[in-house]
Amino acid sequence: MSITEERTNNVIGQRMLRREDPALLTGEAKFVNDLVIPGALHLAVLRSPYAHARIVSIDVSDAASMPGVVAVYTGKDLHSTWAAPMPCAWPVTPDMKNPAHYPLAIDKACYVGDGVAAVLATSETASRDALDAIDVVYEPLPAVIDLEDALSDRVIIHDAIGTNKSYTWNLKVESAEGAVDQAFKNAAYTVSERYIQQRLIPMAMEPRAVAAVPQPFGGDVTLYSATQVPHILKVMTAITLGIPEHQMRVVAPSVGGGFGSKLDVYAEELLCVALARKHGAPVRWVEERSENTQATIHGRGQIQNIELAADKDGKLTAVRVRLIGDMGAYLQLVTPGVPLLGAFLYGGVYHLPQAYDFSCTSVFTTMTPTDAYRGAGRPEATYAIEVAMDALARTMGIDPYELRKRNYIQKEQFYDATGNHVGYTAFHGLNYDSGDHLAAAEKAMQHANYAGIRKQQKTQNVPGARKRLGIGMTSYFEMCGLAPSRVLASLNYGAGGWESATVRVLPTSKVQVVTGTSPHGQGHETSWAMIAAEKLGVAPEDVDVLHSDTAIAPLGLDTYGSRSLAVGGVAIAGACDKVIDKARLIAAHQLECAAEDLQFDKGTFSVKGSPDKAVPIAAIAFAAFTAHNLPDGVEPNLEAQYTHDPKNFSWPFGTHICVVEIDTETGKVDVLKYVAVDDCGNQINPLIVEGQVHGGVVQGMAQALYEEAVYDKDGNLKTSNLAEYLVPAACDVPPITTDFTVTPSTTNQLGVKGIGEAGTIGAASAVMNAVIDALSGLGITKLDMPASPNNVWKAIQSVQGGK
Amino acid sequence: MIPAAFDYKRAGSADEAIALIGQYGDEAKFLAGGHSLIPLMKLRLAQPTVLVDIGRVKDLSYVKDAGDHIAIGALTRHMDVEKSPVLAQHVPLLAHAASHVGDAQVRHRGTIGGSIAHADPASDLPATTLALGATYVVQGPKGKREIAAKDFYKGFLESALAADEMLVEIKVPKMNGAGWSFQKFNRRAQDWAIVGVAAWRNNGTSGVALVNMGSTPVLASAVSTALSKGASVADAAAHAADDAEPQGDLNASVEYRTHLAKVLVRRALEEASK
Ligand SMILES: Cc1cc2nc3c(=O)[nH]c(=O)nc-3n(C[C@H](O)[C@H](O)[C@H](O)COP(=O)(O)OP(=O)(O)OC[C@H]3O[C@@H](n4cnc5c(N)ncnc54)[C@H](O)[C@@H]3O)c2cc1C
Repeated sequence: MSITEERTNNVIGQRMLRREDPALLTGEAKFVNDLVIPGALHLAVLRSPYAHARIVSIDVSDAASMPGVVAVYTGKDLHSTWAAPMPCAWPVTPDMKNPAHYPLAIDKACYVGDGVAAVLATSETASRDALDAIDVVYEPLPAVIDLEDALSDRVIIHDAIGTNKSYTWNLKVESAEGAVDQAFKNAAYTVSERYIQQRLIPMAMEPRAVAAVPQPFGGDVTLYSATQVPHILKVMTAITLGIPEHQMRVVAPSVGGGFGSKLDVYAEELLCVALARKHGAPVRWVEERSENTQATIHGRGQIQNIELAADKDGKLTAVRVRLIGDMGAYLQLVTPGVPLLGAFLYGGVYHLPQAYDFSCTSVFTTMTPTDAYRGAGRPEATYAIEVAMDALARTMGIDPYELRKRNYIQKEQFYDATGNHVGYTAFHGLNYDSGDHLAAAEKAMQHANYAGIRKQQKTQNVPGARKRLGIGMTSYFEMCGLAPSRVLASLNYGAGGWESATVRVLPTSKVQVVTGTSPHGQGHETSWAMIAAEKLGVAPEDVDVLHSDTAIAPLGLDTYGSRSLAVGGVAIAGACDKVIDKARLIAAHQLECAAEDLQFDKGTFSVKGSPDKAVPIAAIAFAAFTAHNLPDGVEPNLEAQYTHDPKNFSWPFGTHICVVEIDTETGKVDVLKYVAVDDCGNQINPLIVEGQVHGGVVQGMAQALYEEAVYDKDGNLKTSNLAEYLVPAACDVPPITTDFTVTPSTTNQLGVKGIGEAGTIGAASAVMNAVIDALSGLGITKLDMPASPNNVWKAIQSVQGGK
Repeated sequence: MIPAAFDYKRAGSADEAIALIGQYGDEAKFLAGGHSLIPLMKLRLAQPTVLVDIGRVKDLSYVKDAGDHIAIGALTRHMDVEKSPVLAQHVPLLAHAASHVGDAQVRHRGTIGGSIAHADPASDLPATTLALGATYVVQGPKGKREIAAKDFYKGFLESALAADEMLVEIKVPKMNGAGWSFQKFNRRAQDWAIVGVAAWRNNGTSGVALVNMGSTPVLASAVSTALSKGASVADAAAHAADDAEPQGDLNASVEYRTHLAKVLVRRALEEASK
């Protein structure tokens, strides 16, 4: 098929400033907490100070009699309110264990932060003060914070399921029975590595906030929430509370970041709706920052064992992976699926025969539930294969780039014997749409001055050097554009992966685009307007983008998994096509020619060969509105709805290179240079693309150097504020060089792939490979993240005996 | 992030502030820049029932040349300490240390008096004024008294200030051209120090103090003693932690902190000796 159609309107590809920014930068944007809701009651949630404790009794009488307090509820009080437990939409295996999870714990608290009681009061301060007056008697039980300890079932967290193991999920692909074992037996080289993906706290700039507003009559409720997923939330709230779905409306106003943490259905959303209906009054809640670190999902949390087998040239012959996934105390919306999203990527960007053995066992612990966090499963997978590739290169004594070059899927492998572009069908059967790994890597090498740094290392990294230089790389594939509905079905996911768009040309030729994506910082309004402007030949300023309100955009599957452009943006293009097709019929009628004889360019239909016979789409829109003279069988108005179900994932890729210098006395890692060469196919707005790369790289780098959710042995989160949990600030960000190659996707008409998670996927391993590269001359070949000064110093001490 | 309820009183002068504190007793606290106190209140780790705001006592915000020393009003903001030409000339170490406090917002609000009165061992200015041999002037219902920096810090967030006393001035001896260095080691640029060192050297005399190496700011006397006996910088720095009792935390174990103190003191003395 053709890669993309010719474009003539020159909107796509422009570095347009984001139309969202003036409101955000001047503080005019309205977030949930900015909404003025007369008569609202304020919810506050009392949270367990114990990681694991039986709730013996709760005395709310003092709290209930405090000034301003309207009601106090315990988990027992509200048990009958819930039509169903909180939802998990991804039962990855038929025998997956999913303990019942309610908005307020009933008998037992299972992590520090688990809600045990709720206060409704007339002011936020009164609700907060009343929490201190609730008297809960707990019987503390042992905490479970170590994954292997959890698997031993020494302490059972959920009595009703009798085990801490939630599921084991396997992906074994062998050309013949025993192929993996055979490959390891015959291998010239093998490596066996163990990596820890520490828990991370997503830490969106805006914590969560909720307001539920009941209508005075009829039972309708509007739920305002700082969510990434208004559509999913609407369905799930209806199911969990037994509210007819058409009576639920969900609105996500301006949302201050999510990174996956707002891709969920949370206790407070359900509490606000339930209590608003019960009390016939609006109920609102806003999360405190420290509360956010405990009551909003965490990310990562895996122990990874990865083994590579390679032949004498270093060509990979088999990959074996054993994961333990930390689910935390309960399964949230897609918790169990996160490791699966990475399951296909432990072979990296390499040509691997059918000798792949992946298995993930996931366990409950007494910590905050985990769920999707920027990259979700894919940064973990990329980290494992890419750090292991460096280990393999060290074992073989060859340069890590040389090893990668021998293994990259070659550009030619995306074509069949007759030169047709057919994509690359990988060992697991998924088809990689397009790629040219070597081209991206070569470009990155040049920016990073790879050869020059290698040379400088020879003179700098001498014994006793105070500052050691390191360079590390990562070549990644991002499986995104979630997702083809049929593939999701095969993974047992509880919904499809399509996205919907409606495009409407108004009588005055202004355009409305209605999308089911739900932006929370990505600049969709800007990019979506550009797509419609390109397609329809109008100015981007004449396109308005409506979203994130289920009354305005009733169909949608929201924003996560780098899906919005590759699925939602393509849906907009498809809806534009339908609008153009309809307009073409009207134009043909007006110009008295056959529809096939018309061409559409720069917003004007003209008769092929006689360009003076032309009519602009503006005139067609007005004609469609007046309906005075439409061809037979054509309905008035210029509007079309289109739902795009992608045929395939999209596969952005690229190479990132990091250069570090390590102070061997203090252990401090300085990132001197970071190069990101990404290929996300065609770019709608390169300015936004670069911004996504910058943010993603910083988040990935933060995992490598700064961030870690630390629990003590009693299950207390020690990093529950921004002084302890080290999110890097602007002044901690090193210079980042961004560049791109453009290999359009062949599976959607825009040729786009997605860029939201790429930076995070590439960065952690690139940084850690650089750190280990700097230290390997000292005999250090292993280091857990984060490479904090203390950890690096300790590693140096351990090989030098303190010298 | 919502503090417990409290009353708010604004004082126009030191006398008024001291009278108000006297009136409300133990439950009252001075509010200066609020950048240490308010975070504690938001976490409900501090729950004063009355705040006496001294932030607008204008006549306590100054940097003056007082002959052999520089006098700094307790309400002088970090930014004004950092930018003071008088300090740049006579006590450059203090001006420089102030430039390392938090971020610009913090430096525009926080005060040198608040930082010292709060007596946080992890703060930069208590240790720096300690290294410089400063004297703190405090005022109570019965008048003023002076406390040497080395006698001021009594324990974690504890000082020699009585509950009804207010810190009004910091007297810092002029450095008279001494070499100096301020080393602040942290993971993020704007964080508190994991370990910090303020040091100066001049003709056989020296002052070295450590940030975040115990429950109080620590005067590393053993280092100065070694130097005065002619020890090399490296040998003197080996005594960096002799007077310290560091704690371990998420960023640094006790061993690592001790090691860092030695490295940073050595680097500081190297720089101060140039
Ligand atoms: C994000 C952030 C980062 C920071 N980073 C650093 C850093 O890197 N290094 C650093 O050193 N500090 C740092 N600080 C602390 C900052 O310097 C504070 O401003 C300072 O520690 C306290 O000064 P304040 O004027 O804000 O005091 P306040 O918070 O108003 O008061 C602190 C305490 O001192 C008492 N007090 C205040 N003034 C007087 C007085 N004149 N007499 C008697 N008692 C008084 C108060 O009652 C209170 O108990 C940081 C603060 C924040 C919020």
